[in-house]
Amino acid sequence: MAIPRFWREIPSRYNLIGTECGNCGKRYFPPRIICPQCHRKSFGKMKNVRFTGSGEIVTYSVIHNAPKAFEMQVPYIIAIIEFEEGVRATGQIIDCEVEDVKIGMKVSPAFRKIGEDGKSGVIYYGYKFKPA
Amino acid sequence: MREVAVIGIGETKFGELWDKSFREIGIEAGLLAISDSKIKGEEIDALYIGNMSAGRFIDQEHIAPLVADYVGLAGQNLPATRIEGAGASGGLALSSAYMAVASEVHDIVVVGGAEKMTDVSEVYAQEILASTADQEWESVFGATFAGLHAMIAKRHMHEFGTTREQLGMVAVKNHKNGALNPNAQYRREMALEVVLRAPMVAEPLGLFDCAPLSDGAAALVLCPLDKAKEYTDNPVRIASCGQAGDFMALHDRRDICTMDATVVAGKKAFKYAGIGPSDINLAEVHDNYTISEILAIEDIGFFKKGEGGKATEEGKTALNSEISINSSGGLKARGQPVGATGVAQAVEVVRQLRGEAGDRQVKDARYGLTHNVGGTGASVIVHIFEGGV
Ligand SMILES: [Zn+2]
Repeated sequence: MAIPRFWREIPSRYNLIGTECGNCGKRYFPPRIICPQCHRKSFGKMKNVRFTGSGEIVTYSVIHNAPKAFEMQVPYIIAIIEFEEGVRATGQIIDCEVEDVKIGMKVSPAFRKIGEDGKSGVIYYGYKFKPA
Repeated sequence: MREVAVIGIGETKFGELWDKSFREIGIEAGLLAISDSKIKGEEIDALYIGNMSAGRFIDQEHIAPLVADYVGLAGQNLPATRIEGAGASGGLALSSAYMAVASEVHDIVVVGGAEKMTDVSEVYAQEILASTADQEWESVFGATFAGLHAMIAKRHMHEFGTTREQLGMVAVKNHKNGALNPNAQYRREMALEVVLRAPMVAEPLGLFDCAPLSDGAAALVLCPLDKAKEYTDNPVRIASCGQAGDFMALHDRRDICTMDATVVAGKKAFKYAGIGPSDINLAEVHDNYTISEILAIEDIGFFKKGEGGKATEEGKTALNSEISINSSGGLKARGQPVGATGVAQAVEVVRQLRGEAGDRQVKDARYGLTHNVGGTGASVIVHIFEGGV
């Protein structure tokens, strides 16, 4: 991946910035320019909001076969988290033994190194989740 | 709209075809389909090829004119178009060709699907597959393609009590069918214990819950139904096609355990065909992971939501049972050259509806269905075929 792809997403990956539709009030993470419910009525009305990132595990998996950038971390836990604000995101679960992770487990966000790009050598950071 | 028929089919053997190049397998499948249909090269009006990622797998873009050229049709300035829709590329190439003939823009169209995946390392190939999910918000955090499907499986087990064994039974059944298919990548049966003991890839999915990386190509020849008898004694009618989309990322879907795009694509296809799920005798569904087949047979409407695992365990999806699912061996045993999948599914269904499937022939088959998925369900295309027309 090219370097600009990392820095463009920094506000969301560092500070959990998403959007709220000024028309219907529905929230989105990551940010959206158009509300999928309101379409053109949401044009220009999507405003940035910061999410807590706290929530619970909807589903998860323990990854054993990983891409190059994650080879050193196996086995690691990947999960879909539902934030208390209602939106969902995908991320890693850390500070948790692989046998302890469960659907419904409460988690809170943690700021960590996510990976690095082999070609450019760029290290990139963002959110992971740990048991609350 | 006019009726459209399949008058020719062809496919290469699927597997690790190290001695063959992309263009060679594309030509092989194309020529088999053309000679099966008895059309002449100069009768072909257009070529559509489903291909997911030749740019990354073999460093070659613009593959449609490349194949047209080496099939010997560049001299007649044949229009050739590549269609990309991740794992659904082949099915989308077929629907594009179908619409071109149905709308009377073209008369005779060749549809191909091809992928050459084993020229790159397995780790890199898996990264390419993962790029069909949302790179920025899924893959970047370490969610592999298998991992995303594993999360669907985990949630399905949680909500419906689907078991690890039931997942494994999908692989066992598809290997049993694949053993009867001379073109399958894996022509051997696999015991449930072997599936369950395999190394974990992404829990609860083990190595044998995952379809392999493969090279292969498949092709079809389409023409208007009213001209089909000029070429063949047993044309197969394309009764309908239905396509649907969904949110790109799994975490944004309405329900993790339902592929809404499959539900909608299936409903459209059944509506246009004027039949329902119980009329289908055989279906080739997108079993890139064992859980994918369970979702597919529920979401198309063959079984109730949550009962796909149980139906598999009870043998209802085995060859010549309630409904024959993946008689070819599916992606699991026939192999998964991604862009070829949707076309290979159609080749199998047409072969079955013509009564030419040999040891794995589905008895008294009139209607067959193909179900082809892109990403984790952001693109789905369903086709329904009728034989004996
Ligand atoms: Zn809105």
